[in-house]
Amino acid sequence: MILIHCPYCDEKRPEIEFANAGQAHIARPLDPSGQSDAEWETYLFIRANPRGRHHERWRHVHGCGRFFNAVRDTVTDKFETTYKAGEPRR
Amino acid sequence: MSGFRLETGGRIDRGQPVTFSFDGKTYTGFAGDSLASALLANGVMLFGRSFKYHRPRGLVAAGSEEPNALISVDRGPGRFTPNLRATGVEIHDGLKAFSQNRWPSLAMDFGAINDRLGMFFPAGFYNKTFMWPRSFWDRVYEPAIRKMAGLGDAPTAEDPDVYASTYAHCDLLIIGAGPAGIDAALGAMDTNKRIVLIDEQDELGGGALADPALWPWLERSVKALANAANVTILTRTTAFGYYHDNFIGAVQRLTDQSPEITDSPREKLWRIRAGEVVLAQGAIERPLVFDGNDTPGVMLSSAAKVYANRYGVAVGKAPALMASHDSGWHDVFALAKAGISISAIIDVRDSVDSALMREADRMGIPVYLNHAVVGVRGRHGVSSIDICNSGDQRVHRVQADALLMAGGWTPSVHLWSHSKGSLKWRDDLGAYVPDVPNENVQCVGACAGDWDFGTGAVIDMLPTPKDQSRIKAFVDFQNDVTAKDIKLAVREGFRSIEHIKRYTTNGMATDQGKTSNLNGLQIASSALHKPVPEIGLTSFRPPYTPQTFGALAGHAKGALFQPTRTTNIDSWAQAHGAVFELVAQWRRARYFPKSGEDMHAAVNRECVAVRSSVGIFDASTLGKIEVVGPDAAEFLNRMYTNPWKALEPGRCRYGLLLKEDGFITDDGVSARLAPDRFHLTTTTGGAARVLNMMEDYLQTEWPDLDVWLTSTTEQYAVIALQGPNARKVLEPLVEGIDLSAEAFPHMAIREGRICGVETRLFRVSFTGELGFEINVPTAYGRAIWEQLMAQGAQYDITPYGTEAMHVLRAEKGFIIVGQDTDGTITPFDAGLDWAVGKKKPDFVGKRSMTRPDIVAPGRKQLVGLLTDDPNVVLEEGAQIVADPKQPIPMTMIGHVTSSYWSETLGRSIAMALVAGGHDMTGGTLYIPMPGKTHTAKVSGVVFYDSEGARLHV
Ligand SMILES: [Zn+2]
Repeated sequence: MILIHCPYCDEKRPEIEFANAGQAHIARPLDPSGQSDAEWETYLFIRANPRGRHHERWRHVHGCGRFFNAVRDTVTDKFETTYKAGEPRR
Repeated sequence: MSGFRLETGGRIDRGQPVTFSFDGKTYTGFAGDSLASALLANGVMLFGRSFKYHRPRGLVAAGSEEPNALISVDRGPGRFTPNLRATGVEIHDGLKAFSQNRWPSLAMDFGAINDRLGMFFPAGFYNKTFMWPRSFWDRVYEPAIRKMAGLGDAPTAEDPDVYASTYAHCDLLIIGAGPAGIDAALGAMDTNKRIVLIDEQDELGGGALADPALWPWLERSVKALANAANVTILTRTTAFGYYHDNFIGAVQRLTDQSPEITDSPREKLWRIRAGEVVLAQGAIERPLVFDGNDTPGVMLSSAAKVYANRYGVAVGKAPALMASHDSGWHDVFALAKAGISISAIIDVRDSVDSALMREADRMGIPVYLNHAVVGVRGRHGVSSIDICNSGDQRVHRVQADALLMAGGWTPSVHLWSHSKGSLKWRDDLGAYVPDVPNENVQCVGACAGDWDFGTGAVIDMLPTPKDQSRIKAFVDFQNDVTAKDIKLAVREGFRSIEHIKRYTTNGMATDQGKTSNLNGLQIASSALHKPVPEIGLTSFRPPYTPQTFGALAGHAKGALFQPTRTTNIDSWAQAHGAVFELVAQWRRARYFPKSGEDMHAAVNRECVAVRSSVGIFDASTLGKIEVVGPDAAEFLNRMYTNPWKALEPGRCRYGLLLKEDGFITDDGVSARLAPDRFHLTTTTGGAARVLNMMEDYLQTEWPDLDVWLTSTTEQYAVIALQGPNARKVLEPLVEGIDLSAEAFPHMAIREGRICGVETRLFRVSFTGELGFEINVPTAYGRAIWEQLMAQGAQYDITPYGTEAMHVLRAEKGFIIVGQDTDGTITPFDAGLDWAVGKKKPDFVGKRSMTRPDIVAPGRKQLVGLLTDDPNVVLEEGAQIVADPKQPIPMTMIGHVTSSYWSETLGRSIAMALVAGGHDMTGGTLYIPMPGKTHTAKVSGVVFYDSEGARLHV
């Protein structure tokens, strides 16, 4: 069971306290009605599936409840870093 | 020597005889014996029948790597454990053990015919033979194969034992308490580290237990560790898996060694998080591959030393040694010291260390260098062996009643591999050893390839002048894989060891190839003319040895399998005979049968009561979220499809929640209590999901909004009072709220008191009748319910359950999200256009309303179905077709989502999702079912009081 560092609690906690929330840094368009079908499709459905470094969101759902971002290696399943929502991509 | 028990020696307690049985026959051993050593002491050589050929098999090893001696232990009803290794079972008075995979008896096994037919069972036999016809597999082939080829019988009775589990945290976890592990513990003992030392055996020592010279050291060390406050020692504990971030699973066996059956836990699952791990798992001796190497009495030389020195048992009266490694010589010298006469030392090498030669000479043991065993005589035990000079190919016979194999050593890298540490090949050892760690872990001692057993030759199999295709030289004893099978796999084109393994099943038995993997690799390597590292390495996966389901399940079985949530009113329902159902972990009353009523009758009565007088329903499980803050209305306006900003305090609104893809994910009625405060409700199953979704948008998309979300599901008990007499029941109990239709209209909320308890009183209806939902602090739920029951007695107030609730809402065409929708249904598909704020610039899912797939024709849409035969209640989930005469497979255009008998309407009603359904009103659809195809007319979904007259009273 992986340990995940919550950047809000600043503690490493077991993964059962967390829930994955999909790929990170996909911002909801500010004006969805101005989006073309293709743009909206990209926002809704198109996701990266990298071998290696992957930016994803986690929520410390059974802890502080905060969503945060993480860089995890999809090959080794190791977390490189976690950081607060709103902070720049690492 | 009496029988095979040596006169002296061993760690057994000769003052404590133990009586046990094997296959119904009674034997005596001593406290400290394993089942294997005790049977061996009694001269038992035959322990089981092999998996495929039913060949007679005896012990190969003395530890958990034992591939052959799998037995079952019967401790009474429900306490039958198959597939235990006899080497790991401690005997106790009354122990009942049985051999496996034999019929009618171990000595006379019918399945042994497979051995005579061995030429017909090559590698891939099952894959190649039982392919056709397909229908034969389930009925003929598989049952027959299972009967003939198998392990122990799976127990059928429920396991009455209790299994405990615990979490543990430590700075240093040491796995394996042989000399290397004990040294690691002693070395760290004087630090302030919290240390856990684990070993699978009943006492610490590992290999030292078979070396009397080390016993004084062992005793001192164990005492020192036992006295150290920072050291926790777990014996009879198998670390079975190594997971991420130094998380180790281990099972401790607590009671199996004891004759008494008590209610204390049988095993305990340890989940250990360690700062640092030291693996001291040791190494496993490799068998040698030659014709007849599976004959009972042929075993590892290190095992013979364990039996002699630890258990005081001779594996034979005149054993011989077949070695390719020095360690075997040291073992037989130890046996000789214990008083066992060694008939011969045979070594495949043409020269060995002169010190070994001198010692053999001094002990008078005949030595045959450059020789190999080419045949073993005896079927249920060794009577003699044939050895062949590798130079002149001359064969001669050596008398021996046991044959010891010393083929070198395989470091136990199982847990290291679980942890994803890399391995490197060492030519000198003919083995993989740990290389680069992936966790904070190190290997010490023999599992790191570090030992003082001397050196050896690395060979694939012993040379033989015999026709290779006619001999049975076993590589994997447990799965009956021979050298010939592996060579056949290579001839048939398999190149990677992962494929060879799966084709031959080498290393795929319950022992995961502890004794066979490396020999298999060597044979494949020779056949492919490639060095071992080029053909790969198979992976080890947990568990290291098989573990019980009981230990893994722990307390999580039966009623404790998952938590059951109950409302404050649940105890009343229980006391009044409710039949319950589980809804998203909530236990809900489904109906309240009166004596003699079945579900149908009870539900009909409950529905009629609500429509004609008044019903009472426990709605406490509804999800509830308190939304507070200056931007609360703005937030809800962005989340839900409908407009919220203009909603006046004191009023309620039906909210429809979509995902960003435009599909319905939840719904519920919510109330505005104040300009900055809303009381939201969600579906029972959707509460956590909705809160998570709202938190997601609030935290990550709109962090500028000043809003707080709090789950209040468990803070309120909710009682729905529904029916034309609902107001009359409620009125006398309520203070501070004017219940009149003018002052308190449908879809409104008022705060006041009921029976003196503060309440949020909703005037809402999920039945189509005049209705109220009374929210009170949870602890008052049952008390208020009972007051309402008393007050309602004059109106024959009727408690109803979820089943009647479903019928009542379906009569009104109210959907259940997740039943009448399936995650691909838009508000338009569900006929809920009215709930979508067309003028709102944005809400979650709005942009998707115009996605090409959503506006395309032919989408599945929610319709009503009225069967032509009003007495037919369609099955929920039944498929719908437009034309029942079309050829099979028919085009299915939809399915029934809800279907009930409506006592109020005197007929069945149903809802269905049907492609293009909204344009089919009045048309006929067909529902093919076994035996009959039903016909139904498409209708709207509101079957009762479509103008809503009953609500506004
Ligand atoms: Zn946190």
